[in-house]
Order: sequence, then C-alpha cells, then structure tokens
Amino acid sequence: MHPIVRTVLQRLGLGLLTLFVVSVIIFSSLQFLPGDFATSVLGQAATPETVAAFRRELGLNEPAITRYIQWIGGVLQGDFGSSFSGRSQGREREVMELIGPRLWNTLFLAGMTAIIAVPLALTLGITAALYRNSFYDRAVNATTLTTISFPEFFVAYILILVLATLWKVFPSLANVRESTELADRIYMTALPALTLTLVIVAHMMRMTRAAIINLLASPYIEMARLKGVSKSNVIIKHALPNAWAPIVNVIAFNLAYLVVGVVVVEVVFVYPGVGQLMVDAVTTRDIPVVQACALIFAATYILLNLFADIVSIVTNPRLLHPR
Amino acid sequence: MSTDDQTYSAAGEVASVAERRTWWDRTWRNLKKAPVTAWFGMIVISFYFILAVFAPLLAPYGESQIFDTPYAPWSSEFWFGTDQLGRDVLSRLIYGARNTIGIAVATTALSFLIGGSLGVMAAINRSWLDQGLSRFVDVLMAIPSLIFSLMLLSIFGSNVINLIIIIAVLDATRVFRLARAVSLNVVVMDYVEASRLRGESLGWVMRRDILPNILPPMVAEFGLRFCFVFLTIASLSFLGVGIQPPTADWGSMVRENAQLISFAEYDMKAAMTPLLPAGAIALLTVAVNFVVDWFLHKTSGIRDEK
Repeated sequence: MHPIVRTVLQRLGLGLLTLFVVSVIIFSSLQFLPGDFATSVLGQAATPETVAAFRRELGLNEPAITRYIQWIGGVLQGDFGSSFSGRSQGREREVMELIGPRLWNTLFLAGMTAIIAVPLALTLGITAALYRNSFYDRAVNATTLTTISFPEFFVAYILILVLATLWKVFPSLANVRESTELADRIYMTALPALTLTLVIVAHMMRMTRAAIINLLASPYIEMARLKGVSKSNVIIKHALPNAWAPIVNVIAFNLAYLVVGVVVVEVVFVYPGVGQLMVDAVTTRDIPVVQACALIFAATYILLNLFADIVSIVTNPRLLHPR
Repeated sequence: MSTDDQTYSAAGEVASVAERRTWWDRTWRNLKKAPVTAWFGMIVISFYFILAVFAPLLAPYGESQIFDTPYAPWSSEFWFGTDQLGRDVLSRLIYGARNTIGIAVATTALSFLIGGSLGVMAAINRSWLDQGLSRFVDVLMAIPSLIFSLMLLSIFGSNVINLIIIIAVLDATRVFRLARAVSLNVVVMDYVEASRLRGESLGWVMRRDILPNILPPMVAEFGLRFCFVFLTIASLSFLGVGIQPPTADWGSMVRENAQLISFAEYDMKAAMTPLLPAGAIALLTVAVNFVVDWFLHKTSGIRDEK
C-alpha cells in the first residue's frame, strides 16, 4: 500500500476511535445524575408510579452497555431520544425536532463568518509577513493582540452599541425564522457574523503570519532569492507549495474554534442556533438535549481537526517519517 | 572565622570592589529595563489586586445592598448608576474584582497543581503511567472545553465549587502537556539520574531537581492559562451557568445590564454600564498578556514569532 494512503487510513482510524471514546464519555455523564433526578424533572406532584416509569424509560434498570448501544444506535440514525422539558405536562418532544432547524441556522452563521474571515485573515497575515516590521505590520499586530484578549460578548456589545443603537445600520437582534428570505437573513445575521469574524481573524492572522515568516526564513527561500528569482515567483513557486499545510491547519483550527465561539455570540444576539439551545438546556438540566448538542459540537471539532491533519500529511511528505 | 588581618579573605577583597546586589536591587534593575507595555500591565494588575483585597473598604455600598430606584442614572450618589434590582453598580464592580479574579486564580492554581504534578510524574515514569495519562489527555482535549464544561455543569449543577473543579480539571490537560514536554528535557540530565540512584523519593526529585528547572516556562504559562480560565469563567457566568447571583461577578453583570445598551440615544452613560464589567475583563486580560509577553522575552527569548 502507498505510505500516504496508509498514514491517512491510520489517522482516520484514530479519529473514529476518538469519536467513539468521546461519545462514551458524553453518554456516561448520565450515570452521575443525582438520585432524585426523576422527581425534579417530573415535578413534586408526580406519583411514584410515573417516577418509576420514567426511570424505566431512561433505562436506569438495565446495564450501562445495553443502554449505550441503544443510544448510539439511535444517534447514528439521527434519533437522539426525547427531551425532558414539558414532561410534567405529558407533552414529549423529540430532541431532533428541536435541533434540526437550529443546526441549519448555526451552520449558516458559521459559514457566513468563514466566508468573510478566511480570505481577510489570509490576506492580512500574508501581507503582514511580507512587509514585516513595517508600520502596517505593527498596526495590524497591535490591533489583533488586543482583540484576542477581549471576551466575545465585549466585542458583541461594542458592535451593538455602535452599529445598532447609535447608528442604526444593522438590527441588534438576529431572531431569524424559517420563513426569513435569504437577503433578510444575511442582513439580520450581519452583526453576529461580524463579531465572530473579529474574534477569529485575530487568531488566524497571527498564525498565518508566524507560519509564513517561519517559511521565508528557511535556507531554500534564501537560495532562490540569491539566484535572482523575482519576488512574486519566490512566493508563488517556492514558498506557497510548502505553505499550504500550515495555512490549511490554521483555517481548520480556527473553524473548530468558531464552534465554541458561536455559543456566546448566539446568546448575545438571541440567534436561534444550537449554541443557544444548549445553554437553555443546561439551565433547565435537559440532559438528552445537552448530550445531543455536546456530541454535535465535539464531532464537528474532531472532524475539522482530522481534516487538517490529513491535508497536512498529504501536502507534506516529511510528516510520513516522524522522528 | 578568623579576624586576623594577616589572613587573606577573597570575600573581603571582592566586596570592596563591587557590592553584591540585593534581591530587591536586581529586581529593580530588571524592572527599569521593562518596556512601557509591561509597566502598563503591571500597574493595571496591581490596581486590580488592591481593589480585590480592600473591596469592603473601597466600595461605597454593600455587595447586595438594594436601593429604591432600579436602573438609576449615573449621579454623584451612584457613580455608575444602579442595576435592575437597584444595587450600586460601582460597588458591585469592586466586589466583582474580588469574586471573579479570586475564583479564576483558585482555578488556575488547582489546575497547575493537578496538571503540573501529573505531567512531571509522567515525564519521570515514562511507562504505563505516561501512556495512560497522555492518551486520556488526548481524548479530553478532543472536546472543546467550553462545551465540555457546559455539559458537566448541567449534570453536577452550577455552584462555585463545581465550577472551580470542572474548569481546573479540563484546563489541567493543557498544563499536563506543557509540564510533561519541558520536564522531558530535564529528566535526561545526569543529576536527576544521580539523585534517583542515591535513592531519593519521587517527590524529592520532582521538587528539588525538576521544578526549579521548568519554572520559567511554567510561570509564563500560568499567566496565559489564567487569562484563558478567566475568560471561560466570565463567558460561563455571562451565559448564566457560572457564578450564581447574588454574588457580584463581572460576567453576570454584563448579562443583567445588557438591555440598557438599547437606550444609547437617550442616555449614553447608562448604555455604557454593561460595557464597564466587560471592559474590566478585557483590560485585565490585555494587562496579563503584556506582562507575560515581556517575561517570556526576558527569560528565554522564546516567542511565538521570530
């Protein structure tokens, strides 16, 4: 077998193994629930029979392995069980019903951010590296260092103050609905997307700059310069092929970071996404919903990192021979 | 010691040429060379420190003392107005320094205790312990820590003790990685082998041989981890699942006063109220970052860029 194919397959296997272990951890969290949990979900008025039935439905009487297999089997078919909320009134809602439309909203927000942030960060990073130590470089660096230190909600509220209340350019609430048209949707999502962009551009730009500077310092680039290759050719023909791996890594790493940043920003702008759903579920201790959201976030995070790993192996044959 | 002036004393000779500098003297000389940004950072940090320690003396009113008018405007009586229940915002900001920073410091210290000792131990042991811990850490790091802590908080319930333990354990994974990596370079030294052959205990080797040698990177990491923990706790409190009311805390203060921002046209000052605690958080993180940057530059010359 070709060594690249073998390494990629190994990585894929490792990624699947991690996903499996993570799903076990997320599932087993249910084991640590305090004993009176059924009573607190169903309310004080619940009869002992209903409590017993609820415990049976959660499967607390069966061995954990059986329950895990049932749960993961359901998850693989897109069935996360039913939510705890509304149980006391006898109304049940499928977790998937809650998550489905919100997942689409979250992906829309993340996608919109990525479309703005990735090209912007790469341009800023590469130009800052090329004109290193110039005034431009220092200004970009100082700005990004400051935005890195800001909590997401600080950036969000400053943007709301300036762009939504002082100058009413964008709406401060992004309560999109399923019926919202695409143009309206983009308009309403502008502020959350802008907040996330500011947060991740800083990271991405600094990492790109460091990667490119690192590369430009290597001897073969100096050689190319010394033999008189033009500046643009040095970048395009000599530097770029080796720069792909670090750049793709930077992008994937930051998109994975986006997964986390999205939670706070969705809450600030009351954006109906998975992050907000998760926070609500945490406050009401609606465990099936929390588990489903955690699994979705963790899986996205792991898959993005896995993707970055594979791209860097494919583009950089040196990684095939670890020391 | 002989006081006979016939004997030659090297110490006496040298002392007359150049006085040995005291610890304070050396620190002062180092500080004088520090860049403006580091000075700015240190001044901000000491300001916060004083606020946190002397909070009851500095705050004009009590932490959860309630007055008649909720959302009172800025005035000489209430400098930054009152919040949704009629509590003085300035007093809560000052008490918030104590609570928010105190909890973040406690969490970071705990995570260094766990992660640091396990990391050094794994580096010395290098067998099943190292393998087991490293793989376990790999898995924990595969889940984004904000998501993981949200999940754990929903199970164990949100209170300060749970918050500290959960975030400390999740953050200890990063500390473990660094502690293990830097001590691996120290463990192979001859003097470590010598003390192990001498029969010193594991704790002795960790404390006397390895700890002094890994201290500079660990101190710098402490600053960076503190920022990260501080921001995570602030975010969790902002989301309403971290530090619970009535404890004054900057993250939850932002959330409680957030609606005021929509009145910016009528009362600009009131709209600034939610930005004050958020700005306090941002200022502290910037300050710590500046100091860490200078410290890293000074101790090892390692920086994330060339």
